[in-house]
Amino acid sequence: MKTLEELKAIREKMQSQVSMRGEDHARTRILVGMATCGIASGARPVLNKLSDLVQENHMTDRFSVTQTGCIGLCQYEPIVEVLEPGKEKVTYIKMTAEKAEEVYKEHLLGGHVVQNYTLSSADIK
Amino acid sequence: MYRSHVLVCGGTGCTSSGSQQIMVKLRDELGKQGLSEEVSVVQTGCHGLCALGPIMIIYPDATFYAMVKEEDIPEIVSEHLLKGRPVERLLYDETVTPTGIKALSDTDFYKKQHRIALRNCGVINPEEIEEYIGTGGYQALGKVLTEMTPDDVIQVLLDSGLRGRGGAGFPTGMKWKLAKQNDADQKYVCCNADEGDPGAFMDRSVLEGDPHALLEAMTIAGYAIGASQGFIYVRAEYPIAVDRLKIAIEQAREMELLGDDIFGTGFSFNIDLRLGAGAFVCGEETALMVSIEGNRGEPRPRPPFPAQKGLFGKPTILNNVETYANIPQIILNGPEWFAAMGTEKSKGTKVFALGGKINNTGLVEVPMGTTLREIIEEIGGGIPNGKKFKAAQTGGPSGGCIPTEHYDIPIDYDNLLAIGSMMGSGGLIVMDETDCMVDIAKFFLEFTVEESCGKCTPCRIGTKRMLEILDKVTKGQAKPEDIDRLEELCYYVKANSACGLGQTAPNPVLSTLKYFRDEYNAHIYDKKCPAGVCKALLSYYIDADKCKGCTLCARNCPANAITGSVKNLHVIDPEKCIKCGVCMEKCKFGAVYKK
Repeated sequence: MKTLEELKAIREKMQSQVSMRGEDHARTRILVGMATCGIASGARPVLNKLSDLVQENHMTDRFSVTQTGCIGLCQYEPIVEVLEPGKEKVTYIKMTAEKAEEVYKEHLLGGHVVQNYTLSSADIK
Repeated sequence: MYRSHVLVCGGTGCTSSGSQQIMVKLRDELGKQGLSEEVSVVQTGCHGLCALGPIMIIYPDATFYAMVKEEDIPEIVSEHLLKGRPVERLLYDETVTPTGIKALSDTDFYKKQHRIALRNCGVINPEEIEEYIGTGGYQALGKVLTEMTPDDVIQVLLDSGLRGRGGAGFPTGMKWKLAKQNDADQKYVCCNADEGDPGAFMDRSVLEGDPHALLEAMTIAGYAIGASQGFIYVRAEYPIAVDRLKIAIEQAREMELLGDDIFGTGFSFNIDLRLGAGAFVCGEETALMVSIEGNRGEPRPRPPFPAQKGLFGKPTILNNVETYANIPQIILNGPEWFAAMGTEKSKGTKVFALGGKINNTGLVEVPMGTTLREIIEEIGGGIPNGKKFKAAQTGGPSGGCIPTEHYDIPIDYDNLLAIGSMMGSGGLIVMDETDCMVDIAKFFLEFTVEESCGKCTPCRIGTKRMLEILDKVTKGQAKPEDIDRLEELCYYVKANSACGLGQTAPNPVLSTLKYFRDEYNAHIYDKKCPAGVCKALLSYYIDADKCKGCTLCARNCPANAITGSVKNLHVIDPEKCIKCGVCMEKCKFGAVYKK
C-alpha cells in the first residue's frame, strides 16, 4: 500500500461489516419473522437478501437487520417489520427476496412505504 | 457476506475459561444447522467483564451471553441464530429486564465507561488488520505522514494534555519534544509492555485486543522524534499477546504500513519485539532498556534521561501500551476533544483493572476524575456478600491504600498523590472488612523484596528489614518502638533508593500506617487482629449454645484438635489447633467463631 486511497478502499470495504457491531439506538430496525412458520414459508432468503443489501450498500450504520419470533399471523409469513425511530411500525407480509429488494429501495432508501405489501392492505377481518 | 456476527472473547481471561473450545463447537454447530454462510464467528479481545467469561456477543442485536458452556451452543444456534429468540437464561443478568432485553451499553457496567484506549477491544478481530482499518485504523498515521510536520504532532500531544499511563504521569508530548530536540544519527521508540503490577492487566488487554493501535502509535512517534526503529518490550508470560503482536507486525509489513517508504512519503519505520523474562524491575525505564540491549536488567542513575541517552546510548522515548493506544484517536479527533475529558491536570480517560472484593472483576475505562465510589459501587457492582468497603489499593506495590474517608475523591494523578497513593498502571484492588491492612502491606512488601534487583543497598536490605518488622507485627511479637523504626526505615528507603522500585516500595506501608494505625496498634498492644486474618493472633472457639453435636467439625479437623461425642458440645484444643478454619467452613450451624 503506497497511497491513502488504498487505505480508504480497504476501510470502505470493511466498514459495513465492522459497524454492524455498534449499538446505535437511532438505527432503523428491520425484523424478519424467523419462527418455524416464517422459515417454512421462506423467510431465510428474505432475511439474507435484506442483510446483504444493507451491507453491500454500506448502510449498516442506518439499518440493522435481525430476526424475530412469531407474531401470531402465521398465514401471512414471511413477515418483515420496519421500525424507524419516531415513526409508526410498518409490517410487510408474504415477502419474497424480490419484494424485499423493492422494499429496501422504495421504503428504506426512498422513504415511501410499499403499500401493496403491507399488513394494512391485506384487509384482515 | 454475513447477516450476523458472533463475537467470542479470545482474551487471556476467557481463553482460560474455555472460549477456544466454545468457538470450535460454535463453528461445528453452525455447519450442522446450515448457517455457516450466514453467520460468522469472530474472535476478539477482552470485553472487560472477565468475571463472566467465556463471553459471547451476537450482533447486530448486541445480545450478551455470559459464562457460556459448550453444551449451551446447540440451543443458542437453533434458537437465537436461526430463529432470533435469545436464550434468556444464558444472558448476562443485568441485560434481562421485565420489559425486554437491555442493550449492553445501557448496563451499569458499561453505561459510565468511556472507552478510548479499549475502544476496539472486544469489537474487532485483532488478528485481521482489515478489521482495524475498518474502524478507522491507520488513518491517523496517514494524516500525520501526509499533512503534519513532526512539530505539529508534538504540539497536538502537548495540547491534548496526555500524560503517561504507566505510573508517573509525565506529559507525553514533553517527552517526545525532548527526544526530538536531541540530534543523533539514530533514535529509538520503545514501548513498555512489561506490565508487572500484581492485579493490573489493561496493557495485556490492548495487546491482545487491539495490537495495531500500538503499532500505529509507535510509528507516529517515530515520525515525530525522527526515529526509524521501535522496540516493544513485552513479558514472555503473555503468550497470547506475543502471538497477536507477531501476527500484527507481519500483517503491517505485508501491507507496507511498517517498513520502507510508508505511504510513499519516504518515511521508514520498523518494529521488533523483545521478550522479557518477567522481572518486575524491568518495568523501570532504564532497566528495561538495559535488558533490551541484552544485559542483566538493572536500573542506572538518571540523568542522563532516555531522551538524551537511552537505548544503545541514543535518544529514546519510552511510553507504555495504554498511553500509545490513546494517540491515534487524539490525532484523528483533535487535542480539544481529548482535553475536554477529565480534570484540570489529568486529561482523558484511565483504564482500571478491578480486582479483589468486587462483583464485576474486570477492566473499566472511565474519564479521569470519576470517584472511587462510582467505580466500585456503580460500575464494579459493589462488594460481594453484603460486606462493607474498607479500602482500595491503587498503583500496586508502588501505591497505597485509600480508606473510606476518601471514597468520594475524584481520581486523577494529583489527587492520588496527595492522599499518599498513586495512579500507577491502574490496578485497583478492593478490600472489605475481612482484610487485615497489616497483612496487605506485608503482601506487597513480600513482592518488592522478591523483585528488588539488589543493585542498591537501601532497597535490597531496607525492604527486607521492613518485611521482618511487619512479620513480627502479624505474629504479635512486635514492640511499640518497632513501629517507629519501621516508619523511619520507610523514609530512608524512599529517599535513598536508586530507582522507582525502591523509592516507592514503602508506600503500601506508609499509607496503611497513616490511615490504619489503630490496626497496627491492635496487633502490637492487644495482640489481636481486628479483621481476623493474622493466624498467630487468632483462636477458634465453639459456641456452646449453637453446637448441636453433629460431629462434622471433629471429623473434618486435619489435626484431630476437636473432641466431643454425638449430640454433645464439641471443644477445640488450642494446643493442637493449626487454625486452618476447616471447622468454621464445615459447621452448618455457625457455631464456630474466631477471635
